[in-house]
Amino acid sequence: MSAAVEIQNPYLPEPYRLIRRYPLTDDVHFFQVRAVDMDRALSLKYSPGQFMMVSIPGIGEAPFSISSTPSRPGLIEFGIRRVGRITDQIFKLKENSVLGVRGPYGTGFPVDKMEGKNLVIVMGGLGAIPLRSLLQYALDNRDRFAHLALIYGARTPGDMLFRKEFLSLMDRDDIQCLLTVDKDDTGKWPGHVGLPTVLFKHLTNLNPKDTNLVVVGPPVMYKFIVAEALKLNIPKHQILMSLERRMKCGIGKCGHCIIGGYIYTCLEGPTFSYWDVTHMKGLI
Amino acid sequence: MRAVKLKKSHLKGFLTCVGGWGELWGPVKRNGRHVLESIGDIKDIDLTALRTTLPFKKLLFPPKFSMFRYDANGFQDTLSAIPKRVIFGLHACDIKALCILDEFFAKEYKDPYYYERRNRTAIIGHSCIPDDKCFCNATDNETVTEGFDLFLSDLGDFYLVWVGSSLGDDMVRECPKLIDTNVGHEDLKKYIQFQKHRSEQFKRQIDLTGMPDIVELSMDSPVWEEEGEKCLSCGACTIVCPTCPCYNVNDENDLGKPSGERMRQWDSCMFREYSLVAGGHNFREARAERLKLRFTHKLQSFVGKFGKPACTGCGRCIDTCPVGIDIFTMVKKLQGEEVRS
Repeated sequence: MSAAVEIQNPYLPEPYRLIRRYPLTDDVHFFQVRAVDMDRALSLKYSPGQFMMVSIPGIGEAPFSISSTPSRPGLIEFGIRRVGRITDQIFKLKENSVLGVRGPYGTGFPVDKMEGKNLVIVMGGLGAIPLRSLLQYALDNRDRFAHLALIYGARTPGDMLFRKEFLSLMDRDDIQCLLTVDKDDTGKWPGHVGLPTVLFKHLTNLNPKDTNLVVVGPPVMYKFIVAEALKLNIPKHQILMSLERRMKCGIGKCGHCIIGGYIYTCLEGPTFSYWDVTHMKGLI
Repeated sequence: MRAVKLKKSHLKGFLTCVGGWGELWGPVKRNGRHVLESIGDIKDIDLTALRTTLPFKKLLFPPKFSMFRYDANGFQDTLSAIPKRVIFGLHACDIKALCILDEFFAKEYKDPYYYERRNRTAIIGHSCIPDDKCFCNATDNETVTEGFDLFLSDLGDFYLVWVGSSLGDDMVRECPKLIDTNVGHEDLKKYIQFQKHRSEQFKRQIDLTGMPDIVELSMDSPVWEEEGEKCLSCGACTIVCPTCPCYNVNDENDLGKPSGERMRQWDSCMFREYSLVAGGHNFREARAERLKLRFTHKLQSFVGKFGKPACTGCGRCIDTCPVGIDIFTMVKKLQGEEVRS
């Protein structure tokens, strides 16, 4: 006789339906999913910066940043780069197929504390995926933020994720949208050309004490962007970032994402401030 | 805490009696080493056993087990049918480790695999005399006051039995003929004498005071590189450590079918792949970095989170590491003392 299970199992993935998918670039695709259980889909609470664990039976499970905003409930969106065994299988999924998802996990960005202040969002490469959540959240709650700026650096126009979505923001007057590419191979690029650091000169009249700067991008990017933020005198605890680590559980048990001895990235991160980074060893 | 007495000649009868509560496990000698085994015949139990090669954790989260099944219809929980067990013969260090794991697996998200087993496990501790590898006196684990159902202290011809839980109390009450509830002043004196004798047997002297600060200020110490050069990345230290809980997860398919099981398996922060992410970036490529993680975790960061180090002084890593990198030598080295190896 099997005994009654007393504890709810947080490791068991829930069924989610793949609603829509399309390519953002050659190797990064957009995946929109929804919990099969409609009540669950509508009651799911999360914050920008959180992640979920996506399961492919027979292959395994991996963490993915949420790219959608909780201000538009029901659908969850991911941007996924094809990079290994699990993502290979995710790329084979057809629309309307069912996959396993659990979460949301992690702390996310402290949006409550960020409200009322200026918000500068700096994206590089795949960093656009988690930061699109925060960007959309800020746009959907525009009256709760002071000045809003977006800086996004990509290698070429073709590498820019959510390109159409972000280009359309250039026409708006409630956001300062600074898009740049390292190299314009199309000749038709309407944005800037050059490194994202040079765009900081456009951020004028920002009171640094009332400004949060959030940066997510490839590891090499942090050093340069943080240097620019410090030049603007933004306090270290108001410079925020999101870190990537190996994760097998997402709930503070498997150990792989530990940094600085006992910080479980999955529980206390993946969002950290530059102050955390300077006083805990091994973060970036 | 309530205490009763059990004559040594009654131990077999008593263990037979508590064996009715669940499958009895205890230390048995195999090929010159002690292992924790399911007990068929009570006389197989070796009461002189100190540390078993693998600690009790193998029963609470086995080296490899199935988390759930999957097939074309999704994921099905298989969390069930875990037998009741009585683990006999855990020493104070292991019981302290058990308390640490209890707290760890309950934090934030309660781990159902650990707790389904833990809730069906009774613990009967047994006193010990330390050998040359023990240093539980330095980790404040000479005695335990929680984490067990019963704890037997060997006082010559009888055991002083500490009753640590409601279940332990039931166990004692179920064998009234074997138990003497009359504990007097003489017995207490014997117990104090035993504890005094025990605390005089430690061969190793180590002081963990201030270790979190020492570790914090030793991040750039050459000790990490020196030890990293020796480390074989074999992971044996983490496998035998009673407080190491890390694991990996892998799906195992049924041959030729779209079904299978998601397996959970002990992992080690000493392995190269431990911090490797998709795309090939490894956050701890160097062995020195992996050692730093293990020892900062045990000696520094854990203290900040739990108020005590994640080392119980059981001596297993001293007994096991093929190149002599263990908590004891690392502490000594970080404290700047010479260690004979």
